[in-house]
Amino acid sequence: MGKRVLLIEDEPNIIEAISFILSRDGWTVHTHEDGETAMEKVRSTPPDMIILDVMLPGRSGFDILRDIRADDATSALPVMMLTARGQNKDREQAERLGANHFMTKPFSNQDVRDHVRLLIGEPD
Amino acid sequence: MVGERVIGSRIRERRLDQGLRQADVAETVGISASYLNLIEHNKRRIGGKLLSQLADVLETDAATLASGADAAILDGMRAAAARFPQNVEIARAEDLAARYPGWASLIAALEVRTTALESEVQALTDRIAHDPALAGALHNVITAVTSIRATAGILVSGDRIDEDWQQRFHVNIHDDSRKLADESKALVSYLDQPKSSTHKSAPMSVFDQAEAFFAETPDLMAAIEASPEAPALGLLTSFEKVRLDRDARVLVLRHIERMKADVQALPKNTFDAAALAALGDPTKLAAQFDVPLPVVFRRLAYLPADVGLPPMGLAICDAAGALTTIKSVAGFGLHRRATSCPLWPLFAALGQPMRPIKTEVILPDPGETRFLCFAVATTKPLATFNVAPQVESTMLVAADPDPGHGDPLLVGSSCRICPRSDCAARREPSVIEGFV
Repeated sequence: MGKRVLLIEDEPNIIEAISFILSRDGWTVHTHEDGETAMEKVRSTPPDMIILDVMLPGRSGFDILRDIRADDATSALPVMMLTARGQNKDREQAERLGANHFMTKPFSNQDVRDHVRLLIGEPD
Repeated sequence: MVGERVIGSRIRERRLDQGLRQADVAETVGISASYLNLIEHNKRRIGGKLLSQLADVLETDAATLASGADAAILDGMRAAAARFPQNVEIARAEDLAARYPGWASLIAALEVRTTALESEVQALTDRIAHDPALAGALHNVITAVTSIRATAGILVSGDRIDEDWQQRFHVNIHDDSRKLADESKALVSYLDQPKSSTHKSAPMSVFDQAEAFFAETPDLMAAIEASPEAPALGLLTSFEKVRLDRDARVLVLRHIERMKADVQALPKNTFDAAALAALGDPTKLAAQFDVPLPVVFRRLAYLPADVGLPPMGLAICDAAGALTTIKSVAGFGLHRRATSCPLWPLFAALGQPMRPIKTEVILPDPGETRFLCFAVATTKPLATFNVAPQVESTMLVAADPDPGHGDPLLVGSSCRICPRSDCAARREPSVIEGFV
């Protein structure tokens, strides 16, 4: 089984597309759509990295990232943030909270694959 | 006096502008050229009839010669100069205005225009940065584009893809492209507002515009009932006949969101029949559906006509008594601009939050129109600690099916137009004849 990527995103078709391209490359992709319960998912199914959308129902990706970094069990997890807002202040906030990479929508599939590899290496 | 000292200078400058010889002007007004020369060099005081005569000859008016340029024009010129203080002789503004009043007016007018344009730019910047409707619409567009790009990227990658997956991705692209088309259309309509709406005052207030929108769209609720998940922006643009101001649109969108939430709490398939059965008693409906009374009030007030209930009015105010929503019905209407009659149950409810009021009211018209009013003041849910609760009062106004019972309240619309001379709540005299 390949390294695990947890995709926290609420748009079903984006989930399907990213899951497909990463799974095809050998990654094991878990998905979660709700911001409110995202931390439970992170703790119950610890991944090798997280792809985290900023705008989620219930709780923002920034809040989730803050919790990830505050928890000893998850603080070292590589996190790549996705956002439809490419404003500098969002990028700065992501960096300040400890995001490893910040990707603005729309992105190319190759960018997603390249940055997953950059953060956690090959699938297995 | 500085003003007096420069009258002569203004006369001289005006004469030179007109291309007139000093001797000719002097002769026309019946003084010597040497005396006019002394006046023009501010060595003789001038006023009264002579000043008026000179003004006539110089085709201006005495006030302009006496006091110089209009203070507003000078202020405008100085404000314009303040933008580039290093390059402008600000202290000479009055001289310039006296000598070239047309150019002075132009500079002042350009300054006014520049300030207005700056405000407009700021408003547009704020709108892009902070308008929740616009931000939401843009987010939806970008989300759809992202999904299409990612899915299309998979399909054209050249890698072998199972037929089932191919079919699935085609469907996804089709769905997303439809969403994108809908959101794009709504976005274009939203952005395509009249230029004047951004900063000039509109003939109607934003509240008036919002209420006019709802009054003119009786089919809106039926559309929401048919599709409670439809985006508020799409509903607004599809029903918008007259272009609303930006801020009126914000109010309308907020109101539509509330209507959508109300429909989701009280769906048409169960609520219509229940509303008919519980005619006259919203408390029964609130208990039956386990929802707060204001939700029932709002739902009843905007119920489509084909349900079979008589039309009902609605009024909502905040803790200051400011009317935030008014839905009029024949015979009932509160006026936002005038101070409302404080006797309406809407305002009485503010004094006893969470306690519903049911009262018959009688209006001061010759026919003594009666309504049955239901009102309750509630607090909005708070997300933080140590914050004062926000109280909102909601009143449903229904035709009185069984008038003449109970102890009716004698209400009016506003003191200024109410004939009840002996009202204890009167704030000011009435303009209606008969008030003592």
